[in-house]
Amino acid sequence: MTPPTPPAPPASPHALDAHLRIDRAAFRLDLPLTAAPGEVLALLGPNGAGKSTALRALAGLLPLTAGHLRLDSTTLEDPATGLHTPAESRPVGVVFQDYLLFPHLSALDNVAFGLRCRGADKKTSRTEARPWLERMGLAEYAESKPRALSGGQAQRVALARALAVRPRLLLLDEPLAALDARTRLEVRAQLRRHLAEFEAVAVLVTHDPLDAMVLADRLVVIEDGQVVQSGTPSEISRHPRTDYIARLVGLNLYQGTAEGRTVTLPDGEQLFTTEELTGAAFVAFPPSAVVLHRTRPESSARNVWQLEVGGLDLHGDQVRADLTGPLPLAADLTPAAVAELDLAPGTKVWASVKAAQTHAYPA
Amino acid sequence: MSSAPPTAAAPDTAVSSRTRARRRSPHIPYALLLPALLGLAFLVLPLAGLLVRAPWSTLPSQLSSSEVWEALRLSLICATAATGLSLLLGVPLAWLLARTDFPGRRFVRSLVTLPLVLPPVVGGVALLLVLGRNGLVGRWLDTAFGITLPFHTSGVVLAEAFVAMPFLVISVEGALRAADPRYEEAAATLGASRLTAFRRVTLPLIAPGIGAGAVLAWARALGEFGATITFAGNFPGQTQTMPLAVYLAMESDPEAAIALSLVLLAVSIAVLAGLRDRWISSP
Repeated sequence: MTPPTPPAPPASPHALDAHLRIDRAAFRLDLPLTAAPGEVLALLGPNGAGKSTALRALAGLLPLTAGHLRLDSTTLEDPATGLHTPAESRPVGVVFQDYLLFPHLSALDNVAFGLRCRGADKKTSRTEARPWLERMGLAEYAESKPRALSGGQAQRVALARALAVRPRLLLLDEPLAALDARTRLEVRAQLRRHLAEFEAVAVLVTHDPLDAMVLADRLVVIEDGQVVQSGTPSEISRHPRTDYIARLVGLNLYQGTAEGRTVTLPDGEQLFTTEELTGAAFVAFPPSAVVLHRTRPESSARNVWQLEVGGLDLHGDQVRADLTGPLPLAADLTPAAVAELDLAPGTKVWASVKAAQTHAYPA
Repeated sequence: MSSAPPTAAAPDTAVSSRTRARRRSPHIPYALLLPALLGLAFLVLPLAGLLVRAPWSTLPSQLSSSEVWEALRLSLICATAATGLSLLLGVPLAWLLARTDFPGRRFVRSLVTLPLVLPPVVGGVALLLVLGRNGLVGRWLDTAFGITLPFHTSGVVLAEAFVAMPFLVISVEGALRAADPRYEEAAATLGASRLTAFRRVTLPLIAPGIGAGAVLAWARALGEFGATITFAGNFPGQTQTMPLAVYLAMESDPEAAIALSLVLLAVSIAVLAGLRDRWISSP
């Protein structure tokens, strides 16, 4: 959303420079966070990881225990000096998970709300709010009450309402979670376009890896209040560093010690790869790289284990087999192959993976 | 039902209509039915008796006396003023109880609800002790500003508000607790101060609760007797409201008392009918 009038402030390397520390009885959030102007950051993590806590802290709805929060080199919060800028004084816009559109106000008045709070009169704020609705393709819904809007429309009104006050930091809490699958695709594409146009920092919180990868320039994966990995979507999907991310991006992931082209896992199992490494290393391979056999294969694959089928699940047009044994792994195969191999939970199978289809990288 | 295939629908409807029929002709246990009907009669019969015994032939002359209209006018004005005062003070008080956390909040809440269970006469005595001409605050009001509250119309308003405001506070506090506080957070992120968020977001959201509370408070104020007669006395035209007039008339002229009671009944029914759809039945 490029504002037509005011020129953007000189680009500093870190438009957002934050270290969020929040201590609670049984939980600690410790999250360093930086972002360049125009960057879209996704906080990705399982439920209870502290994503929403971080978002509330950025919005000023939850005070920090320690750390700092600077936006465009203005310090908004610094517990060391007792500085806490309240939510209403921060140049921050929030799109809440269930949007929280004011039910008694029309779509237009919802968008105009922030402008009125900043001193514009009723007429001016409405005049300024209307283009935002038009930009979202909702001009004809200006007078509609939120309950008359579909989920996708309400989401766009919420986005327009947050953007209308020209925030320097846009926060989106699970922006697509409340939508059904079909609307989700469409809204995700629109949201991506609006975020790409947004010139300040955007931080979105999600537990859906696809949302994060499509919408964000950089992912920060948090578990138990700590950053476990951060990087571009392609880095993270190629080099997962925790089981949680590996599951999200659909890879088998193992951590062990590399010696040349062999990675030895803590329990003694060995994986053969093509990359030369020494020291702590990860090995990852996709479930589609696993080939299953009823008898010990005579193939050239060097990674061969005898395992037991733990469960079978249909994933799209593929069957995902969860195998247990010395090296637990997931394998994808066609329903025809399942029938041919006569697989059922408890069946003993041989699994092979070619070294060339594994990917090893330093831990 | 309509989406079910026709073959399956037939036995289904048969079953459900049978259960519905059973529900329609219920066997209500007599142990519940008898007390229920007695209770209904107990509530309705006195009102019916009022209508039966009403001196319909002399009613026009009874009601044309200026004293009746004086009392009715005073009652309506005072009840409305007491409701206004309750709104002005009670809504912020309810907000404080529902949205903030301060030490002793539970204690304060029980203090607020005390007038609900306190005999109104005791309330009147207490008001007299504090706001009376020799009361703690009353003396100061008298000497500093020359304001005398007891035995004055303003005293009626105060006495009624004292008894009626808890109804409003409880009702509004309930509405506030039911309203999602995150709307106020959303307003804050849009730049609204807490006061603006309260005024432009919270108030409209809880308007039905405020309306219901105001109706309750107004009805309670209209019928207020004990605190009023104790604190404000019984001066026709100045502090004599309808309930006081009814009570007084009962001793000298029962027919007049019935006529006055009919007027109060009519007013109550009119208020209930007029506001039911808009406020009370809305969630």
